[in-house]
This record gives sequence, structure tokens and C-alpha cells, in this order.
Amino acid sequence: MDKNNKPAIVVGAGPAGLCAAIELKKAGAPVILIDENSKPGGQLFKQIHKFFGSREHKAGVRGFDIGKELLKESLDLGMDVRLSTEVVGIQKGLKVWAVENRARSYTIDAGAIIIATGATENALSFPGWTLPGVMTAGCAQTLINVHRVLPGRRVLMIGSGNVGVIVAYQLMQAGAQVAAVVEAAPRLGGYGVHTAKVRRAGVSFRTSTTVVRAEGKDGVERAVIAKVDERFKPIPGTEETLEVDTICIAVGLTPSIELASLAGCRMTYIPELGGNMPAHDEYMRSSVESVYVVGDIAGVEEASSAMEEGRLAGVHAAWSMGFLSDAQLKSKADETVQRLLSLRQGVFGQKRFLAKKRIVEQGAGK
Amino acid sequence: MSCKNRDISLKIDGAPSLEELKAVNMLPSVEELTKKACVCIECIEEIPCNPCETSCPQEALTVGSPITNLPVIDREKCTVCGLCIAACPGLAITIKSVEGSTAKIRFPWEYLPFPVAGEKVEMVDRTGEALCPGVILSVVNPARNNKTAVVTAEFPKEFVEEIISIRRKYGTL
Repeated sequence: MDKNNKPAIVVGAGPAGLCAAIELKKAGAPVILIDENSKPGGQLFKQIHKFFGSREHKAGVRGFDIGKELLKESLDLGMDVRLSTEVVGIQKGLKVWAVENRARSYTIDAGAIIIATGATENALSFPGWTLPGVMTAGCAQTLINVHRVLPGRRVLMIGSGNVGVIVAYQLMQAGAQVAAVVEAAPRLGGYGVHTAKVRRAGVSFRTSTTVVRAEGKDGVERAVIAKVDERFKPIPGTEETLEVDTICIAVGLTPSIELASLAGCRMTYIPELGGNMPAHDEYMRSSVESVYVVGDIAGVEEASSAMEEGRLAGVHAAWSMGFLSDAQLKSKADETVQRLLSLRQGVFGQKRFLAKKRIVEQGAGK
Repeated sequence: MSCKNRDISLKIDGAPSLEELKAVNMLPSVEELTKKACVCIECIEEIPCNPCETSCPQEALTVGSPITNLPVIDREKCTVCGLCIAACPGLAITIKSVEGSTAKIRFPWEYLPFPVAGEKVEMVDRTGEALCPGVILSVVNPARNNKTAVVTAEFPKEFVEEIISIRRKYGTL
């Protein structure tokens, strides 16, 4: 097979994009890794907790150390990494339009495109939500773990998924108190080991509860919470006021699909994994020839599975560009698929496994 | 010997109850703790995770395949070396023992400031409630723990089933 010497363009240098680019580079394919931020790593560098999974998934390693390892591997491979560079368009014929430092605009003819743009945190609006002190959990995590700034002394966390409970724990590690974690559903969402370590620090979890309003003059001084009925409507008379100066919102993420949409990728709606997202096949190929989607844009999960999806797309793109043999593709892809499957087992994984299966069914009919 | 009877459960309260832990046969009995120190694993949900298994030099901890199996401890093989305490990303493993009127617990700790040996502390249960006073015996944090300290404390034995950690100090920054 003739080699395609146009570069593979990987958009987004988070865990998925980094792993995709590393696999391409290892296969000898030309790669350009582009990220709009001034530093690569996506959300990895604010993950100060030890990861789950197995040794192959880097279990027990803290997220920022995984980020450092991936960056070192990229640099050792001589990766062309373009930071502070936004991909603002993808046109027909795999033309990628990039803007560097908001000043220089150029296009690149790509051999393949891997979109790893991640996801965006969902907002929750309630009276007082514009007061200073109301922020997403990811914002608070960036403040404490990247910028070393404590956003407040006493925090209310909205949402008990893994993001909410992990950030609640990390806020306490940073020196804050957590007044409560509230969850609108009747059962807590995150891993039990995460809720248990937060609970043993004395934090109360309130299920079937939501935030009704934030109060304060120049910033958050109080939060009013209330029980909700089965239709998630606050029940009058159940209000309770908590003295907090910070309200963190951790109510899910939505795939950042703008570029995939511009590229013409067919979308599918999978509510369990974040809403609208590009359909993909078992090799992470979207409905557009040679355009792959990996990581949270392909369904919101977590960094471990994002890395495996990136590797899967990377080896497939390298094969499609003529840099891996059929046998190499098969052996590398099989290993990755096995590691992905092991992450999607159990009570939490099963839901994601079934949802991912639906995406692939949608994506296969392209 | 439960000190209080509160309605708690993992998916509502956030902490597992003694009943939930006993239902999956994870915890040693007080009698066993009196005979020898035992690893106590509070991991009752099927999540894809096995660093406890790979950390164990005695191959006493088994998760196996699939990786979502709950860990199983072989108390005959286990030497209570404690490597699994810091290896568990979920901070779900402690080692407890009972001798005379005193209980000891080795538990993971990731808050600053670290406690120091000899310090008087409040021992807390799974809901963070302080049940009894305790004394710190040691704090170790070798490089292989990857920043998770392992703290040993002693306290009155009647609380051994409930105690899981110590109260964190606030307002130190």
C-alpha cells in the first residue's frame, strides 16, 4: 500500500488526542497535534487522584503523572505539537483550517483527522446563579489544582457523580470545607469508594435534593436547598439554608461537537453519554471518510477509556495511511479493544458499554 | 459490637453500612481481629479496578477476571504488610487489630497537615462522626505510596468495627 504522506491532524491534546498522536507517530506516520490551550494535557493535569483500572490503564498513577508520561513520550518521539492554535474549520477534502495565537491563519491538507475536542460542563440555572462564587466543579478543580487558588472556604457541591465527589474531596484536600453534596436523583451517582471517603470526612450527602437559590450581596453567602419530588420539582416547606461561600455545579458534561459538526459527521443522540455526539464505528471512524472521533466527544466517559479510544483511532488511521500492515492493525486494535472492554464492565461500565454499542450500531451504517 | 444503630447505606448516605459490608463477607469478625491483624476491604461495588491485587507481594488479594470482581483476601497468605492500603485508589483498605482493651487501625491519609506520632486525635466512623479519642502511633509516607500516607492509630476496642479514620483539621491554611 502506498503511504499517504499528508499529515494526520489530531485536534485536542488531552488524553485521547495525545494517545492517538503517539500511536500514529510510533507507526511512523506524519502527525500534527494541535491544541488551543497554551499547555497540552487537557484535563489530565488537574486530576490529582490515583486512577482506577488495571496496570495497563495506569491504575494507581495520579492523573497529572499520566499527563507527564504522555507528554514525555510525545516529545521523545519528536511530535509536532502546535499549542495556542485553534482549529476553526474542517472543509471537504480533509482541509483543516487553523489559527495560531489568534493572529496567523493557515490550512493544512490532512491524510486523516482525529477530533479529540472533549466535552463541556453543563450549567444549572437557579436564582442567584450569576453571583460570584457559583462555578462549575471543573472550574473549582482548575483553580485549586492548576492555579493553587482556593475559591472559597465552605462549599456546596451540586451533583454526586464522580466529578462532583472527586472535586469535593480535592476541595477538602486544598483546605476548604464541604457543607454538603446534593443529588437530585434518589441515589448517589459516583463510585461508592469516592462517596465513602468524602462521607468519612463528615460531609453529608442529600439525595432527592436540589439547590433552590443562591443568596448574597456581592457574592454567595448562603445556598437554599430543598427536597424534590419524583418529577424533580422542589417540595415547598423542605427548604434548608446552608452557610456557604461557594456553589460548585457538577451536573454532567456535553460532548464538544462543533468541529465534528462542521466536518459533516452524522450525529446521534445518546443521553447516557452526554447528548448529541458524532456516531462512530468500532475503530472510532465517524461517518466522514478518514475523520475519527475519540474521547469525550465520542461519548462522555473518563480519561482511561479516552486514552484507549485515542490509541484505537491512532492505529487505525496509521493503517489507513499505509504505515501499519493488516496484521499489525489487527494485533494492536485487538489489544486496545480488550482493554476498553475491561473498563466497561460492572454496574457502572455496563450502562456505558450498552450506550457505546448503540453509537457503533449507528456508526456502522455509514 | 455496633455502637449505634443508624440507617446508612452506600448509595443514599455515601458510606457503606456495617450490614452492607458484612453482606458481602468482606470484614473480619472482632474475634478474628483479636487473634491477628486483618486487612479490611470496604469495596462493595463492581468497578474496574485491581491495584490491590497487583500490589500484593504474597498474592493474597485476588480480583481476577473480569476486573470488576470484588477483591477477595486470603487471610492465611496475608502478612498484613499494608502495601495494599496506599495502593487502593479508592482509599478503601485498612488493617485493624485488637489487643486487650485497645484496637489499632492502619489507614490511608491524603490531607495536610499529616498527623504526627503521639498526637491525640478524634477517631471517626464511616459518617465522619467522632466516636472516641485515639493516639497516633506512626505516620509513614515512602515514595512507593505515591503521596498517600499510611497512619497507625490506637483507640478503645469497643469501637473497632465502626472506626475508619481520624477527624481532619480545618482552617489550617
